[in-house]
Amino acid sequence: MITLVIDLGFILEKAILIGGIITVSLVIAMYSTWAERKVAAFMQDRLGPNRAGWGGLLQPVADGVKLFMKEEIIPNASNKFLFILGPALAMLTAMMTSAVIPWGNHIEIFGRTVDLQIADINIGILYIFGVVSMGVYGIMIGGWASNNKFSLLAALRGASQMISYELAMGLAIIALLMLTGSLSLKTIVQQQSAGWWNIFYQPLGFLIFMVCAFAECNRTPFDLPEAENELNFGYHQEYSSMKLGFYLFAEYINMFISSTLMATLYFGGYDIPFVNDANLVNSIGVNGTAALQAVALFAKVAFFIFFFMWVRWTIPRFRYDQLMNLGWKGMIPLALLNMVITGFIVLLKQNGWHF
Amino acid sequence: MEALTNRSKPVDRRQMTVWEKSYLPSIAKGMGITLSHFFKKKASINFPEETRPFSPVFRGLHVLNRDEEGRERCTACGLCAVACPAEAITMEAAERQEGEENLYREEKYAAKYEINMLRCIFCGLCEEACPKDAIYLSETFTPANFTRESFIYGKPDLLIPDPKKEPELYQKAVGSRAHKN
Repeated sequence: MITLVIDLGFILEKAILIGGIITVSLVIAMYSTWAERKVAAFMQDRLGPNRAGWGGLLQPVADGVKLFMKEEIIPNASNKFLFILGPALAMLTAMMTSAVIPWGNHIEIFGRTVDLQIADINIGILYIFGVVSMGVYGIMIGGWASNNKFSLLAALRGASQMISYELAMGLAIIALLMLTGSLSLKTIVQQQSAGWWNIFYQPLGFLIFMVCAFAECNRTPFDLPEAENELNFGYHQEYSSMKLGFYLFAEYINMFISSTLMATLYFGGYDIPFVNDANLVNSIGVNGTAALQAVALFAKVAFFIFFFMWVRWTIPRFRYDQLMNLGWKGMIPLALLNMVITGFIVLLKQNGWHF
Repeated sequence: MEALTNRSKPVDRRQMTVWEKSYLPSIAKGMGITLSHFFKKKASINFPEETRPFSPVFRGLHVLNRDEEGRERCTACGLCAVACPAEAITMEAAERQEGEENLYREEKYAAKYEINMLRCIFCGLCEEACPKDAIYLSETFTPANFTRESFIYGKPDLLIPDPKKEPELYQKAVGSRAHKN
């Protein structure tokens, strides 16, 4: 007989953490839409939204209300179940990725030690890759179910783009894993807290990872699935109201998660630069340290989100053959080269060479 | 061949180096340019609160002027209609009756005065032709409308508010170019 012992406090703490992280990512995605418009405006010498609330801060709320109020149209010839499943999948996969990301070390509350991470699984990165590659189903199903040639073409483009760039991304990560020796994101962050950030060991790997992250999020210059002037808005052309909103929103959540991943993998995650965390715990306690660590992580994330927008308003969109050229002939060989060099150096180090 | 200006530059046809082919330097340069725009002065104007000043020679919607006592200046001489290259102005004259001296300045006045704003090209020749300073072009745009008929402006649309009865509206219609009274 097997007795299942469930710690109620554990379930509660995870539930609160899940709720909190989902709320945070939704709010950040919401205000990314506002920030995107502000950044775009500032870079084009305009002012951007400034009517709803102070500095236009209520603009996302107004946009949300607008999207919910709009008429919902499901095309007659579409597959209704898949048509609804598409945006739901896009949103679901976008939200699921945040489960393995460590947001801080741990806090102590009512005598319990609570890890600021939903699940510290030892295959963290693999989990993320698995979920992210599910994201392509959102695009593919949405484009197919619309029963529209342009949507289908855009979905096909999106799918092949994602597959192409996921390869290079995986290879870039493998080089990183050779150094860290662990797939768990928490371990990777702790290693970086102790030593140098991974960006100093893997600059090329980071560059490849970042470019691939842009492509995975369908952000300009790689936003070919939704190229409005070629494909009439691409895979979400037949979508209206909040279903369209979900697709657009999922993009912003993806952007947030990619930024978090880049910060975690290459920029020390929740590590506060130039500060010894053990000393900090002695002076301001565990909870204060965790809060500061979360702030450090979110500062890095905010920078990367800004960087996403910065690139979007600088670089024009690729042509599709250029995109594939860069992916297969540029990124993958570079990532392989990076992998070989990293492996070589790791081997030399293991055999007693000192640099 | 000798160059026409000193601005011509020979085209650089050298092959790009590997570093250039990666486009990273060009991308970095572009990012620098966009970021510098982040801190530049914005060209936007918060429209309803701020308005862009009109040029002193701006020619907007027509106004039929009154004199200081609120009497219509127009004597329906028809010079504006003759001067109008688009033939947008039509009018009918009438004679001033006893007791109407407070309404019209001269013995003759325009009983009907119409400008077709769809034909008008805002050239300002009517303003120049008018011997009585009765018509001039103000600082407002022609408002949009749904029907063609509503673009034919009659006297109720064109007459400036009475300076004695509605001084504020009068000043607004006159705008910053009050010297044209």
